[in-house]
Order: sequence, then structure tokens, then C-alpha cells
Amino acid sequence: MLAIVGLAGCGGSGASGGRATLNYYIFPEPSGSFAKAAADCSKASGGRYQIVINTLPSASDAQRQQLVRRLAAKDSSIDIVGMDVNWTAEFAEAGWIRPWTGANAAAVRRGVLPGPIATATWKGKLFGAPLNSNTQLLWYRKDLVPNPPKTWNEMLQDAIKLAKQGKPHYIEEQGAQYEGYVVWFNSLVDSAGGQILSGPSTVALGPSAKRAASIIADLAKSKAADPSLSNDQEDQARLAFEQGKAAFEINYPFVYPSAQSDVPKIAKVMGYAPYPRVDAGKPARVTIGGINLAVSSYSTHPAAAYAAIACMANRPHQLTDAVKGGLPPTLGSLFDDPALAKPYPFHQLIKQQLIDYGIRPKTPAYSDVSLAIQKTLSPPDGITPASAVSSLTSQIKSALTSGELL
Amino acid sequence: MSTVAAPAGQARKGMTDRTRSERKLGLMLIAPAVVLMIAVTAYPIIYAFVLSLQRSDLRFPNASKFIGLDNYGSVLSSSLWWSDVFHTLVITVATVAIELVLGMLLALAMHRAIFARGAVRAIALIPYGIVTVVAAFSWRYAWEADSGWIPHLLGLKTDPLASTSGSYIAVIISEVWKTTPFMALLLLGGLALVPDELHEAARVDGATTWQRFWKITIPLMKPAILVALLFRTLDAFRVFDTVYIFNAGAHGTETVSILGYNQLLNRLNLGLGSAVSVLIFVLVAIIAAVFIKGFGAAAAPGGKKT
Repeated sequence: MLAIVGLAGCGGSGASGGRATLNYYIFPEPSGSFAKAAADCSKASGGRYQIVINTLPSASDAQRQQLVRRLAAKDSSIDIVGMDVNWTAEFAEAGWIRPWTGANAAAVRRGVLPGPIATATWKGKLFGAPLNSNTQLLWYRKDLVPNPPKTWNEMLQDAIKLAKQGKPHYIEEQGAQYEGYVVWFNSLVDSAGGQILSGPSTVALGPSAKRAASIIADLAKSKAADPSLSNDQEDQARLAFEQGKAAFEINYPFVYPSAQSDVPKIAKVMGYAPYPRVDAGKPARVTIGGINLAVSSYSTHPAAAYAAIACMANRPHQLTDAVKGGLPPTLGSLFDDPALAKPYPFHQLIKQQLIDYGIRPKTPAYSDVSLAIQKTLSPPDGITPASAVSSLTSQIKSALTSGELL
Repeated sequence: MSTVAAPAGQARKGMTDRTRSERKLGLMLIAPAVVLMIAVTAYPIIYAFVLSLQRSDLRFPNASKFIGLDNYGSVLSSSLWWSDVFHTLVITVATVAIELVLGMLLALAMHRAIFARGAVRAIALIPYGIVTVVAAFSWRYAWEADSGWIPHLLGLKTDPLASTSGSYIAVIISEVWKTTPFMALLLLGGLALVPDELHEAARVDGATTWQRFWKITIPLMKPAILVALLFRTLDAFRVFDTVYIFNAGAHGTETVSILGYNQLLNRLNLGLGSAVSVLIFVLVAIIAAVFIKGFGAAAAPGGKKT
């Protein structure tokens, strides 16, 4: 490793050998599929570039903090930026990442589902190559609930009925004061036909936001709520379901293999269904997650970086990431690949939700907006739907001006 | 030094030369330390103050401009700032008060330990030696509703950390557990200053243990108590790690340091965040001044007597 870095140090400034070292900043992927993709692509480039993985912290906000501080300081030792889907507007507007144009853009756009493309687009330009996506499903106990509920209201009624019978009845969600809670709220607002922002700086909260707030408040104040709801993140929700305390869980697909290896007894009765709807007649629009890869504006090897990203986000690598790493792909055709069907029996549900996607508000001040939403709606059982919309509106407005405390 | 007889004038001249060169040497010797201090403390403080007078956001570098005291206006007129000051004061007053009582008991125990004195002192200091983040994590897991031993022991059906009061109690216990040894160590230093003869004399005069503690030990320890309280109060007022690990300021436990962190590191709003930092600095300076003015005067006579 040292030898490579030393060699690249010489090669970087001059043109000796012409091999570019590409520093790739990405979250710590535990299965090693990102590292394998980086090694394969370096090899396939025939000596044109060598990708060196730099691991970011595991928490999403810590990842962003490190990237932002490097990019704001114009750090040229970062070439490929592994971005959470909700950072695109912020990074693009600040001029930290380069747009994808022409043949480069066409190559990484081809065959990608509309949801992931939408997350990587800012002001009509593509700023990242969708590497993987993610969407939450409804997980439920087949032994307790014969037919999965279609709507939030049905699910709440089912849970209350189970509570009366003294059976496991919690609905596991993410209600802690953090980004995951914003995902819940945003999914509900989108599913109700509304949106949080109608432009980068226009707050558009209306009746749909009020419905979203009521759904959260009704659940949080009912018997269906886990007593820890206001502290629960994805992993606490997973654990509670695995402990057998819950009848329902809203979570990402990682919970499925986890239940199979941790508690086969629960895994046997673990069913999956589409994310609950707000209106019975309208499919839910679930806020999608995932990673887009961007080229840093301060990279000294942009051409090689574009090529390396296109390689790492290609079909074979997305398949490995999905099968080995459990990260849902962004390429539509991969969902029909038999290799994916085995670990992902619910792959068609995921594909459909990536087509009927919802995304978080697109604004360079997204982290401010997120902070305002988290704080205003915390704790979930403290929400008064009637006043929530007006206080949210004023909080988000002040978040967008960046002149007030949050 | 030898005192060889020499003409007075010469001697004085020689001495001043020596003093001058010694002073020069002294200045040269401390210069690196001064330069280092300026680089690592003065520069960031001044830079934070300069930033606090600007609209400065890492994401909008082109929109940076000088705006005078506007950031201070926004902070001081925000109800969030004042409620966070209140949260911080609650944690500070509660932890320092409990630590003073427990720390004094611990100090007395360490002072009076008859056997294995060194071992007793070392064991008592272990919590303080643990990294705050690690200690906070172990306490948070202890309070966790599903798996923690505290809710299990108390037979709680609900999640104690899902309520404001529960969160405060958990944070305060964690802080007290962690820093009581520090308080005890400072108080132990004060206890060592109390001469045994005074106690013996008082005992001969028929003073009870309680009377001796209040009339002899406490007055003589006043300077040590002042230092211990001052250090811990300043420390407690800047509390960040424990609260951040427990719930990052949810359930109404957000402190001023977390407020500053949110502005600086989440929002990248350097102007507002620096204004918050400077205001925390001012509050800390006020606390220190109050302690030294208020208690310092009271402590002086005790100091003179010894």
C-alpha cells in the first residue's frame, strides 16, 4: 500500500508512467464489495488509474462533516466523493463537485431507475452517478397479521386490535431526533400528495403536511407505539422486531438477512409488503436513500475519475454490491436478474417503489431544513397536528435564510 | 554566591548587566511557549470573534460579508439560545452540587484511609480516567429500555430516556459518576492543608466531630473548595459529550455547546456558530469572575490564617 502511495506521489505531479491515483471517499462498506470494485476497475483501466479507498465514518452526518470540511478547503487529495443522495444540491451549489455531461452522463444514466436519477440531479444537470439505492418496506409478522395492511390507518387499527388481544403489537419506526425521522415525515407528506418545498427556497407545507403530522402523532400516542419510539433509529427498530415485541416494522431491506441469521424463528414468520399508503387509492411515495458518486471539483484527474466511477457503478459491480453487500441497485434491469431474486425475494417491490419514488427537499440548505423538521416534530408524541404545520413553516423558513439559530 | 568586596558602583553596574542579560535570556526561553500559545489559543479565539461578525457559511462562500453584531442579535433574540442556557444551567448546578457533597465524602474517605491508601485513591480515580464518550456510551446502554440493567432493576415498563426528566437524571448521574473523583482529588489537596493539631486542640475543648468539620475543616479548606467548584462549574457548563451520546439534545436536553455544534458542523454556518461560541466564552468568563469575586474574598482570611 505504501509503495503504491509513494509511486503515485511521484506520478501525480509529473507524467511518469501516467498512472493517476484516485482517492475515493466512501462509507465503510462491511462486505468488501466496494473495495473489490475499486480493485477490479483499477486493474481493468490498464494502468490508467489506481483507486485508493479512504474510509469515511459510519454515521451519515459524520461522513458529511468530513467531506464538507475537505471540499470547502479545496482539498485536491479527494477525487471521488461518495455522497448520500440528499447532499447533491448542497455540494453542487457550493461548486464542490463537477457536473456530468455528454458521453460521461449518458453512460451512467443509461438504464437507471427514475428515483435515483432524480436524487443526483440539481438544476437540470446530473451531478452524480447513482451507485445504489434504498427504500423502506413494511415488514410484518405473518403469524399475527394474515393480510398486511394497505394504509397507515389500517396498520394502526390492526396494531390496536393485537394490543387488545395481548399479542405483540408495536409498529417499529424511526422516531428519534435525527435524519431518519425526516425520512418518515417526508414519505408521508409525499404520499399524501404534497411536498415540503416547492422550490429551493419556497416552503409549500399544506394539508398533506397536516395529515402526515397527524399520522405520526396518532401512532405515537397509541398503544401501537414502542415506548422507545422517540429514541429509535433503524437499528433499534430492527432489534425490537427481532425480539418479537413488534407486529410491524418500517425499515430498509437489511433487516431481512439480519433476522435470518439472528433469529430464524422470527425470520420464518417475517412477511414483507409495500410501504403503507396514506390514501388507499394512491401508491405511497417512499423517500429513497442510497449513494451517488461524484467527481470533486478539486480533483487533478477528473477524466480518470469519471471513467473510474462509470466502472464502479456498472452492472456487474452493482450486482455484487447488491448480492454481497445488500445494497439495492439503481439499474432497473438488474431487478429482473435471477441472481438478485434469491437474496431479494422482495425485489419487485423495491423496483416499484424506486419508480414511484419520493425524494427529500432539494435545496443547498437541506441540512438546515432537516434540522428544523427534526427539532420541531420531536418528540413524536408531542405533536399537535393543528399547530405543527405553522410552526414547521416558520422554522423551515428561518432555516433557509441561514440567519437564525436552529 | 560569593560576596567578594568590590566598589559599590561597579557592583551595581555588574548586577544590572547581569539582571538585564538574565531577563533577556528569560524572555528568549519563554518566547517559544508564548508563540505557541498565541498560535494555538489566541489566534483561534480572535478568528472566532472575527467570524462572528460576518455572514459566513461554508456552502455559500461568495455570500460572505461583514455584518457587525447581527449574529449576536439573532442569537440573543432567539428563544432557543435562552432555553439552551437554561438546560445547561440545570445540568451544571445539579451536577456540581451533587459532586461537591459526594466528592467531599470521597475525599474524607481517601484522607482517612488507614491501609492501602494508594490503592484506595487509585481505585477512586478510575471513573475519571475513562474517556467521557466511552463512559457516556456505557451509561446510555445501561439506561436502554430493552437491554439496560437500570430499567430492569427498577422494573420500569416505559423507556426512561423517552422523557425529559428521565433524560436529565440519566445525564446528571453519568456526569456525576465521571467527575466526582476529580472533585475529590482537588478537595483532598485542601484537606491535607488542615493541621491535625487544630483538630486535637478542638477535641480537647470538647468539640464534636460535626463541629470540628464545620468550624475547622471547612473554613480552612475554603480556597480548595473554591478552586474545585470553579473548575467543575466551568467544565460542566461546556458539557457536550454525555448529552450528545445520550440523545444529541432531544427531549429538551440541548445544551449551549450542542447548539454551537449544530450551527458550526451541521449547518456549516460559521458566523452564527462563532457568535454562539463567543457567547459561551463570555458566560464562562462571567461565571469565573463571580466565583473569584464572591468566594475569593471569603476565602482570603482563611488563607491568611494558615
